[in-house]
Amino acid sequence: MSVTPEPRTVFLAKTPLYDLHLELGARMVGFAGYHMPVQYPHGIIHEHLHTRAAAGLFDVSHMGQVRISGDGAARALEAMAPMDVADLAVGHMRYGVFTADGGGILDDFMVTNAGQYLTLVINAACKADDLKRIRAAVGDGCQIDELTDHALLALQGPAACSVLGAIAPALADMPFMTAADVELAGIVCAVSRSGYTGEDGFEISVSAAEAADLAKMLLANDAVAPVGLGARDSLRLEAGLCLYGHDLNPQTTPVEAGLGWTIAQVRRSGGERAGGFPGEARIFQQLAEGPSRRLVGLRPQGKAPVRADADLVDSDGSSIGIVTSGSFGPTVGAPVAMGYVGSEYRKPGTIVRAVVRGKPLPAEVVRLPFVERRYYRG
Amino acid sequence: MSAMKFTKDHEWILMEDGDIGVVGITDYAQDQLGELVYVELPEIDQVLGGGSDAVVIESVKAAGEVKAPVSGSVVEVNESLVDEPEKVNNDPTGDGWFIKIKVTDVKELDELMDEDAYKEYIDEL
Repeated sequence: MSVTPEPRTVFLAKTPLYDLHLELGARMVGFAGYHMPVQYPHGIIHEHLHTRAAAGLFDVSHMGQVRISGDGAARALEAMAPMDVADLAVGHMRYGVFTADGGGILDDFMVTNAGQYLTLVINAACKADDLKRIRAAVGDGCQIDELTDHALLALQGPAACSVLGAIAPALADMPFMTAADVELAGIVCAVSRSGYTGEDGFEISVSAAEAADLAKMLLANDAVAPVGLGARDSLRLEAGLCLYGHDLNPQTTPVEAGLGWTIAQVRRSGGERAGGFPGEARIFQQLAEGPSRRLVGLRPQGKAPVRADADLVDSDGSSIGIVTSGSFGPTVGAPVAMGYVGSEYRKPGTIVRAVVRGKPLPAEVVRLPFVERRYYRG
Repeated sequence: MSAMKFTKDHEWILMEDGDIGVVGITDYAQDQLGELVYVELPEIDQVLGGGSDAVVIESVKAAGEVKAPVSGSVVEVNESLVDEPEKVNNDPTGDGWFIKIKVTDVKELDELMDEDAYKEYIDEL
């Protein structure tokens, strides 16, 4: 079998936790221009299961963290994304997508109203393009700061609350999808109760200078294990969460992707701030008539994993869609996948076939998520 | 030094009685791959050219193939790996064997690395 060691010729940036990853025995890969840990010595399955049983600590500092301040900030974002930013209360956060003229998705992101400014967390691979568009959209009325001197950590799992609560008790009751500036053992952080695993958890923005100290403090708690990008992917997939570049791309609209819920009533046809975002015509048409294809969950019926780019066909072998994400789900104990199918195949229980190594393998369309989400509801 | 022979693709073959060879992957390979989640074994009597794909294996992150170290035909497969693919990770050169083949020409084994040569080979990777 072939195992190809990582090529070493490409320049890659380091996150503030790079040295710590090496100390912890991480296997590093190049990802979105950064050296990132794909796993630590115990391996992906162990890290995945540990996160759902206790708490996993992730370095997601490669992602873009952007502050936008000034009067036109919310309006500018609303001109780029079919979501409600203007009415986002202070201390609250929302998930949204930037759209293109055809209604496709240019990136997905989290936006937080931090009072003095809006904070965006955007995908690493998209941050350069996103920033160009944001600068063009906000014009001179707003200031844009890219927090290149900040790390971003995620602590996810049922034990995350007690781990952070031991350091800063006020965090224990923090509602899901809210954020606050908090001191963690004297280290100033912006903490949100949010994440990408389907579990309860927090995302923590901290200065690069203090990031390693904070990470070590969290890892000192027995409940916490370091987790790499490999398990991050299997966790989000089991949680039915989309990955930009796979499930979301410029050819997929938010309606097709099952993200119609991110389009608040106020931005829909008839709403107070209806439209005014790229792709409005196609998106409104799909909201009214239903999209012709839809992102669905898939449970392959055998043991073989079904991965991204596998064709989906019907019993005649005709193409009906494509797999966009797929792997083995350690908590499910079986292969799981997501993909787009013609809307006539979207009903849960429908059997479709995924072509793997030239053979059509049966897979059942299922509702997402594969594993129940356990967000904190108070 | 054991009589195991090794390929550049990290397969091993150990001859049993006569012309029957047991085939698996090395500890280096299983460590690189990560924990296996799927194994697809060939059919009994399947004829394999040296270097051709014999077994499909998948870890969480990746799919790969175990190639036949030398030409032969499949005489036995390790069915237990279907339900317990992690055996390959736990004991890659013992319980984690994949297939046994009736080797067509034992002279093909001479082209493979012995244990010392393989150790040197992976040191340089």
